[in-house]
Amino acid sequence: MDAVLGQVHGLVAWALSLANDYDVPSLIEAGVFFLFAGLALLFACGVVFFRNVVHSALSLTATFICVACLYLSIGAEFMGAVQILVYGGAVAVLIVMAIMLTRRDDMGHSNPSRGLIHHVMAAGVTGLFLLGMAAVAIFSPFRSAAQPLGDAAPGLADLMLTHYVLPFEVIAVLLLIAMIGAIVLAKGADER
Amino acid sequence: MIDFALYHAWLIPLLPALAFLIIGLGTRQDKKKSAIIGITAIGASFLLSLGVVGAVLTKRLVMAAPFVMKTVWARIGDMELGMGVLIDPLTAMMLVVVTTVALMVNIYSVGYMEHDPGMGRFFAFLSLFAASMLGLVISLNFLQMYIFWEGVGLCSYLLIGFYYYKISAREAAKKAFITTRIGDFGMLLGILLLQITFGTVDFVALKSMLPNYIWVSGTSFLTVIGLLLFIGPIGKSGQFPLHVWLPDAMEGPTPVSALIHAATMVVAGVYLIGRAYFIFAELPIVMSVIAWLGGFTAFFAATIAITQRPFKRILAYSTISQLGYMMLALGVGSLTASMFHLMTHAFFKALMFLCAGAVIEAMHEEADIFKMGGLRHRMPVTFKCMTIGVLAIAGLPPFAGFFSKDAILAAAAEVSFPLYLLASITAFMTAFYMSRLLFVAFFGEVSDDCPAQETNAFMRWPLVVLAVLSVVSGAWGHFAGFSDWVFYGVHEEEAINWTIAGSSIVLSLFAMWLAYQIYVEKRWSSHQIARRLGVLYDLSFHAYYIDEIYAFIRELTVDKAGRLAYWIDTHIVDGVVHGLGRMTRGLSVLLALPQNGDAQRYVAFFYTGVIALVAYSLFYAVKILSVTGGAF
Amino acid sequence: MMNFMEFMQLATHVGLHHFLLLSAILFSIGLFGLLTKKGLIPLLMCVELMLNAVNINLVAFNQYMPVPDYSGQLMAIFSVAVAASEIAVGVALTFRIYRDRGTVNVDELKELKG
Repeated sequence: MDAVLGQVHGLVAWALSLANDYDVPSLIEAGVFFLFAGLALLFACGVVFFRNVVHSALSLTATFICVACLYLSIGAEFMGAVQILVYGGAVAVLIVMAIMLTRRDDMGHSNPSRGLIHHVMAAGVTGLFLLGMAAVAIFSPFRSAAQPLGDAAPGLADLMLTHYVLPFEVIAVLLLIAMIGAIVLAKGADER
Repeated sequence: MIDFALYHAWLIPLLPALAFLIIGLGTRQDKKKSAIIGITAIGASFLLSLGVVGAVLTKRLVMAAPFVMKTVWARIGDMELGMGVLIDPLTAMMLVVVTTVALMVNIYSVGYMEHDPGMGRFFAFLSLFAASMLGLVISLNFLQMYIFWEGVGLCSYLLIGFYYYKISAREAAKKAFITTRIGDFGMLLGILLLQITFGTVDFVALKSMLPNYIWVSGTSFLTVIGLLLFIGPIGKSGQFPLHVWLPDAMEGPTPVSALIHAATMVVAGVYLIGRAYFIFAELPIVMSVIAWLGGFTAFFAATIAITQRPFKRILAYSTISQLGYMMLALGVGSLTASMFHLMTHAFFKALMFLCAGAVIEAMHEEADIFKMGGLRHRMPVTFKCMTIGVLAIAGLPPFAGFFSKDAILAAAAEVSFPLYLLASITAFMTAFYMSRLLFVAFFGEVSDDCPAQETNAFMRWPLVVLAVLSVVSGAWGHFAGFSDWVFYGVHEEEAINWTIAGSSIVLSLFAMWLAYQIYVEKRWSSHQIARRLGVLYDLSFHAYYIDEIYAFIRELTVDKAGRLAYWIDTHIVDGVVHGLGRMTRGLSVLLALPQNGDAQRYVAFFYTGVIALVAYSLFYAVKILSVTGGAF
Repeated sequence: MMNFMEFMQLATHVGLHHFLLLSAILFSIGLFGLLTKKGLIPLLMCVELMLNAVNINLVAFNQYMPVPDYSGQLMAIFSVAVAASEIAVGVALTFRIYRDRGTVNVDELKELKG
């Protein structure tokens, strides 16, 4: 009883504090974060639970865009742009193309799930994993610095062409190889 | 040149060994190249051996003061195992004999193996054999000798089983290997006892230590060592209980029989005793064992040889008999006579075997001498060479065998009359059965379907060279002073004892006359004689049933033990192994259950592992944080 | 026990922990999908979700930690590039499997048996 009373007391105290020091930028920030984070999680659930795979794909795209918005909200504009371009654009299109190329039958049940046992097992594994990760996230000793960094693009370019030039080149080669590989796989090396 | 040869004597075995490697790894498929490489290597060894002989003569190396080149091969604690070269007149003589015969046989093989697809392999093995044998000859300690001793055994095995697709050849190869292994085991024990007793197996060191040892401890333990060491030569040189492999060894190609099983390898046992004569000479019991076993073997093999029919088998028993002779000579204390006979025997026996090869090839693999006849018209050169060989082994002057055999008889007569008698009877029988071989195979009428004709030049010229050596080596050895050269202890001038020599000549001539009467003139029917002799003939014809006795003993002991071991193996050992196997299989079924091919199941397992790791690291992170008070 | 007041104080001040938690939940949703979906393409989508969760972590650490440069974002960009390759090859593979086997359901692709 005392505990409940304590919580109620806390709620009242918080409301009062809201009235007292009205920290508007912080509140807006929190609102934006919770909005987009909530949307992202919602759409992510949609990816998993929609029956129609096209809906799943759309939902995935929405998730990507929400995540992009989150990036923008914490000042990582360049990452946000990349996220929209690569994920919201290219990957989404690729996936839709793949759906188009492989799907033949009824779209209403085009995103089947496995049986109950698999769901139970998956829920167990996922729950445990989430528990562990949430514990890590919440009890992480890292404290955030208040100020996010400024404009990212010049700094990124600088790093990319100096310190990380070798990984950059390797990534370029990887992309090329992936492209060739994708073509070979899709077309079939044994076919004329 | 002479210095070079002496200081590079280690090249003598090394060159054929190199030839073996080159042929074996490279040119095995190419007959011509293989032959050229093999002959070149052994030829070079031959020249070096001549150089060594020159060095021994000019530098006055004597038995008591050999030339030694030594290098440390391995060091185990305080024990130092050496390898190297020991050159004294005995070694030089052996080097020349081995390389001469090997060179002749190599050349002969070019002709003999012409149409054999395995010719490259053959030359590789011949080279390996030459390397092992020459390494054995120049050994400076027992261990080195033992290594090469096994090497020649291996080559013998490989070459007897050269026609490995023939069951008889495989069996003969196994028999040879196993039988000689029995001897080698005894010898190894002897060597180990020497090492334990003296702390060294080096010939020179042993020779200097031995008098003191005998003075302090007597000869009883040394007698055991000597007898054990003697078991090796019994196996290798085909002495009585272990002689059974030698006749079967004739399954190999004939040049092999000539080189290994007549002229060189089988005399390794005799050579070993000669090399370690400073030990054996001190042990009267061992010496009499050697003498009597040698004498008995000589007589025993001769009685078998009389009734045999295949060409090479007669020669094989004759080899056993002659090896017995050499042992006899060693046993009665005459190293000189034994080594002299070793040399002459190597030449004339190799000659006869090569003749046998020529004859058998000409007869299209027909080995029975009674199916031959009249070959002297068809193969005049072979006939002449064979005649020289027979006269040499029969001991008629001026052929080689006369001098060496006479030396042995003289030495035997000095020590023991019964042994002399045995040796004389053997000499008589030798003359008889060799004449029988010659008369039956080469005299008489040529049958119309006889395919024989003279062999090619590669096979003919080695015969001629060996024939010349069979004629001159005895006289040369006798008059050029072989006895000044190879001797043990105090050497004494040996003149021919004309009583002994004369009686031996008469006996031999009588034996040859008898053979002529029986087999050419047919005055007496050989069949009737055989029937008259009855049991004796049967015994001789079946080689005293020694093989059968061995088979019976083996059945009685080894097979029973084998059956017991087999039962233990199948029921107990295999039971355990199978049980373990079944257990593993059962466990693996359990472990394979999660591996059902479902990729998502794998993912689930993977993330379970991740969770475990996260939990583990969290646990420690919390621990660290609690220690540091919340800061990394 | 933290009282409600303090909790709300923390919750409304957006910081690293918010993003870490978001990322963990997003990743878990992706993992759940990865373990339950049948079709190869939904599986690929789930993998993309998980990759995104990781990217969020990287970017959030970069933005909120007192570091002087953009290594974190750069890593995220590299990760995006790798993810792009992965999805390209993955889609090609899916297409290939569909043509060869006539199905894209993983529960029917069980050749990977121990």
